[in-house]
Amino acid sequence: MTTAPPVARGPLSSEPPPLPDPEPVARIQVRKLHAWFGGFHAVRDVSLDIPTRKVTAVIGPSGCGKSTFLRCLNRLHELTPGARAEGSVLLDGVDVYGRRVDPVVLRRRVGMVFQKPNPFPTMSIRDNVLAGHLLSGTRVPDPEAMVERSLRQVALWDEVKDKLDQSGMSLSGGQQQRLCIARVLAVEPEVILLDEPCSALDPIATARIEELLGELESRYTIVLVTHNMQQAARTSDYTAFFYLGDLVELDRTTTIFTNPKERRTEDYVTGRFG
Amino acid sequence: MKPVREDLLAAGPAERRRHARSLFFTALCAISAAIVLVPLGSILLYVVERGASGLSWTFFTALPKPVGETGGGMGNAVAGSLVLIGLACLFGLPVGVLAGVYLAEVGRGRLAAAIRFTADVLAGVPSITIGVFVYALVVVSMRRFSAIAGGLALALVMIPTVTRTTEELLRLVPPNLREAALGLGVPAWRTTVFVVLRTAAPGIATGVMLAVARVAGETAPLLFTAMSSRYWAAGLDRPIASLPVQILTYATSPYADWQAQAWTGALCLVAIVLVLNLAARAVAARSLGARR
Ligand SMILES: Nc1ncnc2c1ncn2[C@@H]1O[C@H](COP(=O)(O)OP(=O)(O)OP(=O)(O)O)[C@@H](O)[C@H]1O
Ligand SMILES: [Mg+2]
Repeated sequence: MTTAPPVARGPLSSEPPPLPDPEPVARIQVRKLHAWFGGFHAVRDVSLDIPTRKVTAVIGPSGCGKSTFLRCLNRLHELTPGARAEGSVLLDGVDVYGRRVDPVVLRRRVGMVFQKPNPFPTMSIRDNVLAGHLLSGTRVPDPEAMVERSLRQVALWDEVKDKLDQSGMSLSGGQQQRLCIARVLAVEPEVILLDEPCSALDPIATARIEELLGELESRYTIVLVTHNMQQAARTSDYTAFFYLGDLVELDRTTTIFTNPKERRTEDYVTGRFG
Repeated sequence: MKPVREDLLAAGPAERRRHARSLFFTALCAISAAIVLVPLGSILLYVVERGASGLSWTFFTALPKPVGETGGGMGNAVAGSLVLIGLACLFGLPVGVLAGVYLAEVGRGRLAAAIRFTADVLAGVPSITIGVFVYALVVVSMRRFSAIAGGLALALVMIPTVTRTTEELLRLVPPNLREAALGLGVPAWRTTVFVVLRTAAPGIATGVMLAVARVAGETAPLLFTAMSSRYWAAGLDRPIASLPVQILTYATSPYADWQAQAWTGALCLVAIVLVLNLAARAVAARSLGARR
């Protein structure tokens, strides 16, 4: 329910370090972002740029604020009772915490995939794919085509095309998670946030999702929270390392994993703590 | 190879004591269950035994005969009860369900706590008090007993249960479903209605039907509100007959024919409650099946 007070949207004084690679444009610019749960300061003064049409991984020890950070990007964080956020998140230059921003519109452009696959249990597979439209009451010109396209994008079409009317709960965990990604794609967002999307999946299902991320990368800006270092190394172009609510370092993934600037990053990625 | 010690997994004295204790408590539970079943079963049997003989087509279609004449039926009371239950649902369900939604989804802090407390207190208020209250509020100002007043009284009996059931069941809906919908850019109210309420709907339906079943047998709230009537309902603003009140009147009368009819009426009421309960179970069972 809380939005940033006006003071937080003043001149953007603390510019983050520019991205090492000047080529990708930053679609999301986070400036001085803070997030609280009641009195607990979970994200502290985070400023960073998230490059467009790249996969940015967010890593860090459990409880360091990765999920909270991610949920600030589409303003889901503020829906937790007692939670609030301050600072600004610019999406194509528009502050999503601005007074005229409707979080509902924002969330259609910034989709989210959660840790636990959560298809709607009362809906069929088909309706789950269309859920964003059905639940919002918006009309879909060609629902069948949209279902097929979205399911093909997540490589689920061949597995479910004969049972589109069955419950989404009848799928395996990995299939459910791909269904949840298809559901997000059907809303046609520009940014996709994934919060440990593979943590409930086996290695094969994980590999499929990683493969999928690689395919989606060319069209979407992807932010991926993961506990799995190999996954971050395999799938992402950039990696942000969080520690105790602070952003320690953001750099190209290869740099983070081979030659990080910060000592804490190096300790973490080499498994010395965390 | 080491010699196998056969007694390695055998029960020692401690295990035997545990088995004895387990047996004792299992037996205790079984006996208690039987004790609970006895009165229920005997009520059912007795009502069927005394009431079944009076069942006939005319019982459901005919009006009561004047004092002194035998025959006639309780058609107006059966219809009246259905009307009253319908009115109670009309008044009570929207308020009860919406209040439950408010408590589970919107309400925080003092106001919600106050509503929750009120609902709990209201659930414990003797239903005759509610009858008197509606009498003072509606009957006195309308200057006549009416079906509306009766329906309102029953609704007030029903609302606390419906509200609290709805709230509890909405709280059981996993928060990640709500977030899934919100994360897809679905407006909050649509998420509440089409995801949260929808997911909890079978459970709420069960709770609602149990509340309706309870209200169907209420007599006290009707005595000062719907009153009774010997005729078919003339309008919702008129007194109306109902099974519980008719049973009360007939059972306490000195006429053997009326007393017999009271038993048949009681059987009828039990049947209505039973059907509602079975329907509630069917809904619950089906929804459980669908989740799997
Ligand atoms: N609903 C909540 N209420 C209070 N504190 C919370 C809540 N959710 C998270 N926190 C706290 O905020 C901090 C950051 O949590 P967050 O979920 O962002 O961590 P995370 O980095 O995603 O951890 P993980 O890797 O285990 O998912 C943690 O210390 C946690 O205890
Ligand atoms: Mg997390």
